[in-house]
Amino acid sequence: MKVCLTLSPKTQLKGVERSMAYLEIRNVNKWFGNFHVLKNINETVEKGEVLVICGPSGSGKSTLIRCVNRLEEIDKGEILFEGKSIHDPSVDINNLRAEIGIVFQQFNLYPHLTVLKNITLAPIKVRKMPKDQAESIALELLERVGIKDQAHKYPAELSGGQQQRVAIARALAMKPKVMLFDEPTSALDPEMINEVLNVMKDLARDGMTMLCVTHEMGFAREVADRVIFMDQGEILERGTPEHFFTNPTHERTKAFLKEIL
Amino acid sequence: MNYQFDWKLVLTGEYGQWLIDGLIVTLKISAVSIFFSLIVGTIIAVFRLSKVKPLEWFSLAYTEFFRNTPLLVQIFFWYFGSDAVLPKAVNEWLYQQDFEFAAGVIALTVYTSAFIAEEIRSGINSIPKNQLEASRACGLSFIQAMSYVILPQAFRIIIPPLISQFLNLTKNSSLVMTIGVMELTYMARQIESYTFHGFEAFTAATVIYIAISLTISLLVNLYNKYFLRNLKY
Ligand SMILES: Nc1ncnc2c1ncn2[C@@H]1O[C@H](COP(=O)(O)OP(=O)(O)OP(=O)(O)O)[C@@H](O)[C@H]1O
Ligand SMILES: [Mg+2]
Repeated sequence: MKVCLTLSPKTQLKGVERSMAYLEIRNVNKWFGNFHVLKNINETVEKGEVLVICGPSGSGKSTLIRCVNRLEEIDKGEILFEGKSIHDPSVDINNLRAEIGIVFQQFNLYPHLTVLKNITLAPIKVRKMPKDQAESIALELLERVGIKDQAHKYPAELSGGQQQRVAIARALAMKPKVMLFDEPTSALDPEMINEVLNVMKDLARDGMTMLCVTHEMGFAREVADRVIFMDQGEILERGTPEHFFTNPTHERTKAFLKEIL
Repeated sequence: MNYQFDWKLVLTGEYGQWLIDGLIVTLKISAVSIFFSLIVGTIIAVFRLSKVKPLEWFSLAYTEFFRNTPLLVQIFFWYFGSDAVLPKAVNEWLYQQDFEFAAGVIALTVYTSAFIAEEIRSGINSIPKNQLEASRACGLSFIQAMSYVILPQAFRIIIPPLISQFLNLTKNSSLVMTIGVMELTYMARQIESYTFHGFEAFTAATVIYIAISLTISLLVNLYNKYFLRNLKY
């Protein structure tokens, strides 16, 4: 037991939970009309793992992560979270979404609410947290993402990078077990990308389980445990960042990497 | 033309009091109907966007039906026909109240809420889809997302058309005189038949209607301005 405690939280958790996958995507298929957007996707993510998903535009990356919190429904297959199907009728969808946070490309903050209220709304209404408790958590999170001084401003008064950090804080306020990121930096001006990536790296180091759609290869190299490459609704390649960047096997992966690196 | 104007007769004393009584009833029936038609209109609008088919159909039928029937017909319908459509207990309760007033409120509410629902629906539709998605993604239910995120933004946008619906309702409330609600127009008419000074009576009523309308616009505009100060986009 003592030995366990001296290990980093990440290794420790991985050791304990190896027998049961934390998040398991099994044979998932999805169609938009006749368009087969996800084809037999299989993937498992362990607790504390960071999975980076990349691939060309239209390959189904967003659709895939949106299936994980059921913003999209799948047509075939199954997704298990903590060993339980998320499609089971007994699953409360709002509960599921409270446990699986998502950050969007376009921030999607509520423009009519201050930064602080953006963050406290769901904890108060969904988690039934008392207002002052929710606010102190929100302020802590804002401090963590480096913009505590902006708490009483409206989203429109913030830069893109600041807004995205608020969006991350908003998702974290629900104390999610998994965080999904859908190209969180691709709507940002280049000089703001790093401030958001740094927050995400911190999260990753703290042991958050993360599924990130991103083309920020520096981020992938630094914190990803695995990278998967999607093309036309399929996972074409998967591996450690090292393997992925230095030794891709698939022609299309090579072509894609050449284009973005 | 040897019509003798007598403003004093109409504006003071017993007849002046009749005008004030009528004004109070007009204000009351308008306020109550505005209140209910906002609630009903919001519900009907949310039904339409709920993605639950029966609710959508109900909402569509409701708006189409009530927007396309004359208000006067609806007033008569609720006045003479409520026995046939409303449950017995409700009717008995209504008879104990001011039945004319209640029938008037129902007709005005049902009619105006159909228009208000359409305004609210277009307000909701003008809010980017990602707002609903972002709030649902945090675990808010559809109703919570509507209440705290979508509707507060939508109402901001639709305040001008809503005001005009409120004004329409206030003016339309004059029609309930036909079922004997003693509101402003009814009272002006009474004064006319007692004194034959219809010109003065209806001029007074007209001025009062204009004053009500201007006050409503002013109040809602102030409210809007207050909101604007607190809402920065
Ligand atoms: N609601 C929808 N209805 C119909 N087709 C859709 C819908 N959403 C996405 N698609 C299509 O599915 C495909 C995959 O979309 P998705 O957004 O998952 O791609 P992506 O890999 O995230 O691309 P990008 O890098 O451009 O964000 C695209 O061709 C897209 O046009
Ligand atoms: Mg995408």
